[in-house]
Amino acid sequence: MKPIYKRLIFFAILLGIWELGGQIGLWAEIILPPPTKVFTSLYVGITDMTLVYDLIASFRRLIIGLVIALVIGTSIGVLIAKSKTADDTIGSMLLAFQSVPSIVWLPLAIMWFGLNEQAVIFVVILGGTFVMAINVRTGIKNVSPLYIKAAQTMGSSGIDLFIRVIFPASIPHLVTGSRLAWAFAWRALIAGELLTTGPGLGYTLSYASDFGNMSLVIGVMIIIGVIGAFVDQLIFQRIEKSVARRWGL
Amino acid sequence: MFISINQLNKHFLDKNQHASIVLKDIDLQIEKGEFVSILGPSGCGKSTLLSIVAGLTEATGGEILVDGKEVKKPGKDRGMVFQEAALFPWINVLENVMFPLKKEMSKKQANEQAKTYLKMVQLTNYLDHYPHELSGGMQQRVAIARALAMDPEILLMDEPFGALDEQTRTRLHRQLEDIWIETKKTVLFVTHSISESIKLSDRIIVMGTQPGTVLTDIKIDLPRPRDHHKEEMLKIEDHIMSYLKKEIDKVVSEELNHETNL
Repeated sequence: MKPIYKRLIFFAILLGIWELGGQIGLWAEIILPPPTKVFTSLYVGITDMTLVYDLIASFRRLIIGLVIALVIGTSIGVLIAKSKTADDTIGSMLLAFQSVPSIVWLPLAIMWFGLNEQAVIFVVILGGTFVMAINVRTGIKNVSPLYIKAAQTMGSSGIDLFIRVIFPASIPHLVTGSRLAWAFAWRALIAGELLTTGPGLGYTLSYASDFGNMSLVIGVMIIIGVIGAFVDQLIFQRIEKSVARRWGL
Repeated sequence: MFISINQLNKHFLDKNQHASIVLKDIDLQIEKGEFVSILGPSGCGKSTLLSIVAGLTEATGGEILVDGKEVKKPGKDRGMVFQEAALFPWINVLENVMFPLKKEMSKKQANEQAKTYLKMVQLTNYLDHYPHELSGGMQQRVAIARALAMDPEILLMDEPFGALDEQTRTRLHRQLEDIWIETKKTVLFVTHSISESIKLSDRIIVMGTQPGTVLTDIKIDLPRPRDHHKEEMLKIEDHIMSYLKKEIDKVVSEELNHETNL
């Protein structure tokens, strides 16, 4: 059987149990509303445009934050790959920062920027920057010495060597770095929005929770999960695969 | 002399600062347009020697002069072909061959020059293919075209056909010979295959190991193409083998000693 059919059957069974369990009273509706209710609230949210506005607002923050994170992360990565001193100092700090979930910066960010969008974007930037920097560093450090030697015998050196050989040779790691940066930034965004003001998916989730609207809570969770999986598998993993193939990895 | 290698020495320091001598007092004079093979068992430092001529590795003593000028770093007067093709996977065949030309000529000129050399290796049908779409033999031909495209005086080849199958290798031997006759480059060709060196070279430098030294310098006067002179080639092969036998025995006994000492 094709994986797609297995998946369809699996989800159909899951939804069936979920719906039936509620109907025969295994759990109260406030604990776990049935899928029909969840999809109704999703439908209402989309047709009255509230969820659409949330999505647009969230994506705006995400894209601003992610782009800044990728630019800063790439710059730091190049710096620590090329300078031993920078690697010994900034490099060691990066690993420590990377092991701290970026959401813990939110209290500080609120002090610095106020309880607003900027604080969320700040957390998104921190979420993506370090993992990007670490991957860019790895990519540049792992460029095959053979490429560098070959380029040198063809008269390339210095900046020219970096732009025409070292940087393109490390693109597979750049793509992986971007994929991870996106994943971290996406999680940081939702966490940040939960704790600040709207509009935004995270804000709507916490708002719905305050009013006991569990079917909307689950609806937003589904949107978050679907978007996360969609971007990762249909965009980043495809790019990663085609790059890996061409780069002969 | 066109290439003049004088009293060249190279040692590496290991972790305990002990020097292991790779090349000892190498003297070698090569004339313009000569096809010279450097032949020796693994570990004799033949690839290191080539790498020093290319300017990729620094010697610990002695000097190399090319056309009277001392070699200090890589330069476009010396094109190099490695055992692996070392093509850049992110650009296509044509762009790979244009790589060394970008700075010194217009795009149109570079394009034409690259195509000329790709024609020489009979790959004009593959201009917009990417390296991963080519076979090993085709990749190596692109690498040869790329090294030739910058029109170097010297072509350095480090076991360029070592990773290819027998039929492909034979075909590339013929192609390389034709290219050499056509372009009159000076070729320095590192190999561990005796028959390959006899087939291709004007001169064979046989190297011994531990430390790497020149054992003998053999002139090959057979007319080309040499496929019709199998008997003479076999004789030369036996002659070279008599030199290498001792060296190979040396490596083997060294390895055995090492084992018994464990």
